Amino acid sequence: MSINLKKLILERSSGAVLAVMVMAAVSVFGLSRPAVAEGPLRIEITDGVIEPLPFAVPDFQAEDGAAGEYARSIARVVAADLAGTGLFREIPADAFVSGVTSFASPVAYADWKTINAQALITGAVSASGDSINVKFRVYDVFSGQPLGEGLQFSGSIGSWRRVAHKVADIVYSRITGESGYFDSRVVFVAETGPKNAKRKRLAIMDYDGANVQYLTDSSALVLAPRFSPTGDRVLYTSYETGFPQVYVLDVATVGRQVLSQQQGTMTFAPRFSPDGRTVVYSLSDGGNTDIYTMDISGGNPRRLTSAPSIETAPSFSPDGSQIVFESDRSGNQQLYVMPAGGGEATRISFGQGRYGTPVWSPRGDLIAFTKQNAGRFHIGVMRTDGSEERLLTASFLDEGPTWAPNGRVIMFARESQGATGAPALYSVDISGRNLRRVVTEGAASDPAWSPLLK
Amino acid sequence: MKRFAMATLVVGALALSACSKDRLGDEYGTAGLGGDFVAGSPSDPKSPAYFQQTIGDRVLFAIDQSSLSPEGADLLTKQAAWLMENTAYTAVIEGHADEQGTREYNLALGARRASAVQNFLIERGVAPNRLQTVSYGKERPLEICSTELCYAKNRRAVTVLAAGAATS
Repeated sequence: MSINLKKLILERSSGAVLAVMVMAAVSVFGLSRPAVAEGPLRIEITDGVIEPLPFAVPDFQAEDGAAGEYARSIARVVAADLAGTGLFREIPADAFVSGVTSFASPVAYADWKTINAQALITGAVSASGDSINVKFRVYDVFSGQPLGEGLQFSGSIGSWRRVAHKVADIVYSRITGESGYFDSRVVFVAETGPKNAKRKRLAIMDYDGANVQYLTDSSALVLAPRFSPTGDRVLYTSYETGFPQVYVLDVATVGRQVLSQQQGTMTFAPRFSPDGRTVVYSLSDGGNTDIYTMDISGGNPRRLTSAPSIETAPSFSPDGSQIVFESDRSGNQQLYVMPAGGGEATRISFGQGRYGTPVWSPRGDLIAFTKQNAGRFHIGVMRTDGSEERLLTASFLDEGPTWAPNGRVIMFARESQGATGAPALYSVDISGRNLRRVVTEGAASDPAWSPLLK
Repeated sequence: MKRFAMATLVVGALALSACSKDRLGDEYGTAGLGGDFVAGSPSDPKSPAYFQQTIGDRVLFAIDQSSLSPEGADLLTKQAAWLMENTAYTAVIEGHADEQGTREYNLALGARRASAVQNFLIERGVAPNRLQTVSYGKERPLEICSTELCYAKNRRAVTVLAAGAATS
C-alpha cells in the first residue's frame, strides 16, 4: 500500500495549478527535510512553554463527485493530527471570514489574518476508480506567502487516512523543522476480562487509534510486541506452548514463528537491532535472567551478560553500537549501558528509586524509562549518560515507554488502581506537556510505535 | 460452600473450553482462582486435592524477594515428600509477582521464585525431570485489589500437578 508523492508547480500567471510528476513512489521518510521558512511561522518544540500556533484547515475542495466524502474527512484528519500535538490550535470553521472556493485561487491573506490564523492549509481531492489524489499547500499567513511548495499524494482510496497523515506530517515538518510522526502505526496488547483472568491479544492500529486490526487471538497470553525497523514484522512474547517464548510475526500475513526454543528456559523482552538482523532479548534459565542476542533467523545465540542478578529490558542505540538495559546487580533495578557485543556495563541511573524498561530514542539523544519511587510510577527521559533526568508523568502505574518516530513524543501504558483497574494508552511530549489518552476500544497495554511508514 | 460452587463453575468452563492440556488447573495453567477443580478428596492423601489443599500448593514471598520463608520451607518439605510418594505426577512450578513492578522485571522475579521452589524440591529428593518452572510475572494475580493485603497473596509460587510420569 504505497503512497506516491509528487510536487505541484504553481503557474502564477494564470493561477492554474499544474501537477507535474517529479518522482514516484518516494516515501516522505526518504526525503530530505523540506526547506523551513526563516520567518515567524516556526515552532521550536524544545521550548519550555509554547503558545499553540493557530491554524486553519478549510475543508479540502472536492474536484469530482467521488471525492466528495473524502474532501472533508481528510481535512479533519489533518487538523486532528496537528491539534493533537498540542503545538497547534485549530481555528474553527465558523470563525472563518471567507472560505476557500478554489484550490487554485489566490489566498485572501487579509481574511485569515483577521482571525489570527498563522498557518493556512488548503487542499483539493480527486478520486477515480480505486485511487485518490490529494493536492495541498501550506501558507504563512502573516508573511503573505506559501510555506514551501505545493505537493500531491496519490494512493488507493482505502489509504485516505494515510494520505491525510502524510499531509499533516509535511505541515508539521515545515513549521517545526522536525520530521513528523503521524503516518505511523502502533502495535499493542488489547486486553479483556477481569484482572485475575485477563485475555490478551496483539493488535495494531494507526497512531491515532484508527484502523484497529487484531494480529493474534486470545488463546495464549501475549506480551510486549516490538516493531522491526521497517515496521513489517513484530517481535513479541507468547505463552503458546505454556511457557513464555519470543515469536516473530509478519504483520501483512499475520504468520508467526517461534524464534528459538530451548527446553526449560523462558525468553522474553525482545527487540530488534537497528538493522533488523539481530534480536536482543532476555533468557531465564534456572531462575537467572540474562541478556542474549540471536539472528532474526533464529541462529547464532550469543550471551551478552553473565551475572546472578536480573538483566532484562534491553534496547539498542539507533547506531547499533550500544545496548541500554536494566539490572538489579546493585541491589535494585537501575539502568546500564554496554557495548552491543557485551562487555563492561556502565550504570547511568543514580536518582532515588528504581529504574526499568529503558528505550533508546530514535534520534539517539535520550533514553526513556519507567521509574518507581515512593509508591508512584513515572515515565521519564534522561540523556544517554544519565544526566538531565526529567520525569514526564506520575501515577499509580505508568510503564513501558515507546518513542514516536521523530523522538519528540512518548506513548506508554497507564493502569488504574484496584479491583476494576485496567490499562490504557497515553502519550506525552518529551517536555512533559500534552498528556493525552490514546483512544482504544478496550483496555490496552504495551504499546510500541512503528517507524514512519513508507 | 463457596469453594464448591466455584469448583462447579470451573468444571463447566473446562468442559466447554476443551482444554487440550492435561493439567490439573484452570486453562491458564494457574491455580489462581482459589477454587480450581482438582481430582480427588482433600482427605485422601494420594489425591491431588490433598496436595493442593491439605498440604498447600503455594508459598508466599516478601516484596521483591525470592528467598523461602521458614513456613514456606516446611510446606515445600511436605510437597517434596508427597511427590516422592506419588510418582505418577509431574509438576509445573509457577512463579508470580504482585503488580508493583514493571512487566519484564516481574517476569524475571517470578522466574527466581519458581526456581527457588524447584531447587528446594530437588534438594529434598524430587527428580529434576519431574519439575518444570514458568513465570507469569504480574500477569495472573490471584487477588485483584491494589493493597498489600492482595499483593501478599499474589507474590507466590504455585506447584501445579500434572498427570503423567516424567518424559525426559
